[in-house]
Amino acid sequence: MRPFLKLLKIVAILVWSVFVVAPFLWALTTSFKTANGVTNGATYLPWIDYEPSLAAWKGLFGSDAGSIDIVGPFANSLIVTLSASFISLTLGTLVAYGLSRFRYKLGPISNADLTFFFISQRIMPPVVLAIPFFLMLGFLGLLDTILGLVLVYIALLLPIAVWVMVDFFNNIPKELDETAIIDGCTPFEAFWRVILPNSLPGLVVAGIFCIVFGWNDFFFAFTLTFTQTQLLPVAIVSLNSSVTPWWSLSASALISVVPLIVVAFLVERYLEKGNISGAKK
Amino acid sequence: MKKAIFPEQKNNDFKMNYIIRNLSIGEGETAHLCNVNLELPTAGVVTIIGRTLAGKTTLLKVMAGLQAVDSGTFYHNGKDLLKTPAWKRRVGMVYQQFVNYPHLNVRDNIAFPLRRSGMGRDEIEQKLEYVSTLLGLGDYMERRPDELSGGQQQRVALARSLVKDSYLLLLDEPLVNLDYKLREQLREEFRRLFKDSKDRLVVYATTEPDEAMILQGHVVVLHEGRVIQAGPCADVYHYPANIISAKIFNDPPMNMFGGTIADGLIQVAGGLSIKTPSHLKDLAPGSYVFGIRAIDVKLGGKAASADLVLAEVNGSTTVLHLDMDGQNMVLEMQGVHHFDTAARVDFSLLESRLYAFDTERGELLAAPLIKSLSGQGGLNGKN
Repeated sequence: MRPFLKLLKIVAILVWSVFVVAPFLWALTTSFKTANGVTNGATYLPWIDYEPSLAAWKGLFGSDAGSIDIVGPFANSLIVTLSASFISLTLGTLVAYGLSRFRYKLGPISNADLTFFFISQRIMPPVVLAIPFFLMLGFLGLLDTILGLVLVYIALLLPIAVWVMVDFFNNIPKELDETAIIDGCTPFEAFWRVILPNSLPGLVVAGIFCIVFGWNDFFFAFTLTFTQTQLLPVAIVSLNSSVTPWWSLSASALISVVPLIVVAFLVERYLEKGNISGAKK
Repeated sequence: MKKAIFPEQKNNDFKMNYIIRNLSIGEGETAHLCNVNLELPTAGVVTIIGRTLAGKTTLLKVMAGLQAVDSGTFYHNGKDLLKTPAWKRRVGMVYQQFVNYPHLNVRDNIAFPLRRSGMGRDEIEQKLEYVSTLLGLGDYMERRPDELSGGQQQRVALARSLVKDSYLLLLDEPLVNLDYKLREQLREEFRRLFKDSKDRLVVYATTEPDEAMILQGHVVVLHEGRVIQAGPCADVYHYPANIISAKIFNDPPMNMFGGTIADGLIQVAGGLSIKTPSHLKDLAPGSYVFGIRAIDVKLGGKAASADLVLAEVNGSTTVLHLDMDGQNMVLEMQGVHHFDTAARVDFSLLESRLYAFDTERGELLAAPLIKSLSGQGGLNGKN
């Protein structure tokens, strides 16, 4: 029975791996094909099935006429995502610590309501927010600018950071803060010197969520920009003209995935040892 | 609530330097602390004893500065401590959970409060050396708290609160989460550590009378947020102020039963009849609540018989739960013995060890005579 279960497990993992990896493989082979190679049907093996070509990749980075600028949008995406994630994480962590440790009350409104207020920002569909955001940015003169996008992304990412971190802080025993305070820390020092160093797993999770959501967003990047500022997802989609350049599309899609893969590898080990045992029994 | 004051002790000329007045948190039924008045010495050991949710932790947190109060004052040497924030109070606290900094190794854990206070590197090393030897942590200094056993973790927490220059050390049921053997062992260590606490007051909260007895010093009995009794350990043991105090400060709780005194005899409901002992002779005929410790109930003697409901072995003693026609009686005897439950057993009471309490208010009226006791005068004129 046990060997059979083990076999079943391996088979299941293999099937899932194929399911996950196959699209990447497909995109990878397509990115090395020419127009003819793509229309000739599904082929996977270079030099045997089809003749590989670097045309698509050259087109993305080359400066010749007719090449596509992917570097600019990539840099824009990087700046917007990283700065919005960093600010959201910083503010969100502070907000979450406050909501987790201190009691607020204004009439019938208390901590749970404040926490829900943050989460509720993500309940409505993004379309609802598009017009208000457009009008607000227009009023501020920030449409089609990096700064405008950063502001909007902070509004989108902050709830995620708050949500993850409130839950994380609630699982750290309050006695840890109290011990730090007794040992001579002011409440802020207790947060900074004791709680924060023990919150790395939570920060990593919240950070990943922020980066992934920010990096992958297409809707707001599309509706709040015109021509001056272009983010990567919009740039990739705008490759799609009367004739779809599948080869360039595949190459740029792969490029857009690379940062997330890098993040995943960097962060994996933190997720594994994500525990705060030692603070509680 | 009457003000609870420690009677002066002849052999120890301490001064009452911690003064708590009219301290209250919460109101009515849900009050955490209700009009607490206490005067505590500036050094030595004070045990706060009370059942779960009696308000022990809340009281300790007030002393530490972690808990806001609704009303009342807390003075130390004439200074209002409630106005001093916790991080400036120079107190130490050990929780019943093992609270250490998970991201620091044992060395940095213990050094944390010292570094916060700006102590020099050499002095910190000296103190670390001293306290790690004292608590046997020398071999674990480089480990993280989660790599230690529960007892070791609690030692680290204790070490951290001992090294720093604090004038008040608060321990909140520090042994409750440890297994039996470790508890016995650490209990002994506590006694050794706190025996000569000359420059700081150790406040030790517990539910276990044994721990108070081992630590000696003073005892504060807390019940439902109120101070029921306060005084030197021996006084509280020998002269429990009332029925609640007698139950809380004895394990198993002191047996209580109603009875009447008439014609030189004490008549108890279950048909038990006892000759009135000399220390109860002055009581007027009438109804009383009588109390007797489980160790003063003896098997045999044929004074009364009862059904054996439960026999449990507790460490090195055997505890029998008896049912005397509806009146429960607990008997504790040395050694491990085995009994068939539901059997009928004969037992007798050491009448010289009987306590008598008021039936209405439950206050102590008469207690057994004690041969030699330093605090004899601390009875507040009640016998």
